[in-house]
Amino acid sequence: MLSELEVGTIGIIESVDLPPSVHNHLMYMGFLPNARVEVLHRAPAGDPTVYGIDGLEIALRRETAQAIQVHTTRQARTVKQRPQHASATKGKR
Amino acid sequence: MSTCCTPTQYEPPAPNGENTGLRTIALIGPPNSGKSTLFNRLTGLRQKVANYPGVTVEQRMGAMAGVGRSDLTLIDLPGIYSLDAFSEDARVSVEVLEGRMPGTPKPDAILLVLDSLHLTRQLMLAAPVLALGLPTMVLLNMSDVMETRGGEIDPLRLAQELGAPVARISAVKGTGMEAIQLFLNRHRGQDANQATRTVLPVVGNAVSAHKWATQVSARTGYRAPLSEEASRKLDAFLLHRIWGPLFFLVVVFSVFEVVFSIGQPLSDGLGDVLARAGTWATNFLPNDWLRSLVLDGAWKGVSSVAVFLPQILLLFLFIGILEDSGYLARAALIADRVMRSIGLNGKAFIPLLSAYACAVPAIMATRTIENKRDRLATILVTPFMTCSARLPVYMLFIAAFIPPIAFVHGLVGLQTLVMLGLYLLGFLAALATARLLKSSILKSSQTPFILELPQYRMPTLRSIGLRLWDRGSVFLRQAGSVILVVTLGLWVLANFPRHHGAAPELTESIIGRLGHWMEPAIAPLGFNWKIGIGLLSSVLAREVMVGTMGTLYGADPQTQSLSLQSALHHDLHLGGAIALMVFFAFAMQCTSTMAVVRRETNSWRWPAIQFLYMLVLAWGAAFAANWAVHLIWG
Repeated sequence: MLSELEVGTIGIIESVDLPPSVHNHLMYMGFLPNARVEVLHRAPAGDPTVYGIDGLEIALRRETAQAIQVHTTRQARTVKQRPQHASATKGKR
Repeated sequence: MSTCCTPTQYEPPAPNGENTGLRTIALIGPPNSGKSTLFNRLTGLRQKVANYPGVTVEQRMGAMAGVGRSDLTLIDLPGIYSLDAFSEDARVSVEVLEGRMPGTPKPDAILLVLDSLHLTRQLMLAAPVLALGLPTMVLLNMSDVMETRGGEIDPLRLAQELGAPVARISAVKGTGMEAIQLFLNRHRGQDANQATRTVLPVVGNAVSAHKWATQVSARTGYRAPLSEEASRKLDAFLLHRIWGPLFFLVVVFSVFEVVFSIGQPLSDGLGDVLARAGTWATNFLPNDWLRSLVLDGAWKGVSSVAVFLPQILLLFLFIGILEDSGYLARAALIADRVMRSIGLNGKAFIPLLSAYACAVPAIMATRTIENKRDRLATILVTPFMTCSARLPVYMLFIAAFIPPIAFVHGLVGLQTLVMLGLYLLGFLAALATARLLKSSILKSSQTPFILELPQYRMPTLRSIGLRLWDRGSVFLRQAGSVILVVTLGLWVLANFPRHHGAAPELTESIIGRLGHWMEPAIAPLGFNWKIGIGLLSSVLAREVMVGTMGTLYGADPQTQSLSLQSALHHDLHLGGAIALMVFFAFAMQCTSTMAVVRRETNSWRWPAIQFLYMLVLAWGAAFAANWAVHLIWG
């Protein structure tokens, strides 16, 4: 699930399971199968999360991101610029 | 600012026989692609531009004077991602394009604005728009930024692919406007429907639109520019768990501190100048009722409101910078958690924040909220946010009744704290009411929160300057029209019936009798009858209150020679003054807001309920405040 990815990681979208109107809107914003999503920031309260897709930054709440299935890939290049998230990605390096 | 937000009325020019080809041009594009900036360029009109998606909430029209084509009408539409309407503002765009919007002519040609920085995704909108069959020009906006950041595109190849003219422009810098002129002139007096079409996909869904857009951008040699690291680094700080909310609070606090510490002396200076100018000018009038009418009636009333111009401009300066820089969308993100706890989402926070300037555009901005019940709840609570029209009232009563004590080496003033308290009061009332509504009559399932964060931009002097000019002139126009009429009317009511040919005692005048008649209703709040008259007149617009006070205390021989601040002390106590500010924090005194609520909800029921609810709350809270002050200070 997209919501489970740590900040600084990249996921590839597999499927989106949301009501048609929302799904359609998200697709026009770039949330299409095989699209590359980078987890950029979390809001101070831990939710919503900002995702980078197609060069855009889009914020989604956890319950929306939960409906987006992804598989992970290598880490984003921005990881090294964010020491505060180093612990989160240590395991994958 | 009750009339501040009525959009400038624009009548499309009557069709003239010889020029039948082109009359109406629509400006469309995805959210945040720079349409509104281009609209300002092309029309020379001052359209409100803010750097967050969905700011153009209704279509605006203007003559294309900016490119020497005043015979053409340009319509600026809300940003859309596709022609499938998801939210209210997207629906408006689609209806205008298809000629189904009453009162708006069907466009004869389209200017499609795309952001060159994200061209591949933006092209997804090009296919359905081109498929409408209208002559269309594709404008690649921000092409200068794209090139400096290493992006590339072959516009000729793109034009071949799309079968439509393509131009690289920069709406901010004003480059590429001649290409638009050329496009418009080529269609002058011709059959508008002659453009040749190349093969476009029949666009059924986002997947095929995306596939097509990807192919087109690959074939036209599009290379996306490097994404802006600076924006992300800034977000790492501004959305930081601790620094983010702290920065937000510091910003809000400094705004008020500056409005006070810089605005107040400026305002006092302006007041002195205006008072002297009034006395000097009326020396040329005979010393009789006419001088009293001009000086005590009109001039005192109008100038008591006009002195607040510096504070209003400072407030709009800050709100303008916040909106244009792109910070507002981040504030919405930070606020989402709070908004969720009352049953709304972060998107509702954007209208609430802009309501600090004026509730009218804020209520129109609620159209970006997809869920109908969420939107209605937001509309109903927006007038609780402390709009700039409350500022003159707060400023007057705080300056008159709250001593200028400073704490922490003069960094924090008591007056600023009281002001912040009043702003907080309005905000809490909005939250509590929203919570009440969302857990009762407006209960609904949650709509997903989807918010696009624009890149940070440096606000331009031009955009901020235009905004200040706009707001400043509207404020002064208001002072010169509504407030002038009200104060003149009050002077007449305060000077009649004539007593042996002279003005009556104020309490014997029509206004005095009216005031005394309503006194029992407001006495429990600690208000005198003059405040009562002020409350009545300020139903029109909140800042009228200050003008009314200026006129009434100016008409009373006992307080005539005093400044308004000291005159108020004559017959108002601290309890009444605090109660009055609390009353203004809650009450709905703005006919423009009621009119826009009626328009947006399509019934008088909601503005009526809203007015009564806010009035009852205001009365109750003012009563409690007065009672509490008496309990503490005797």
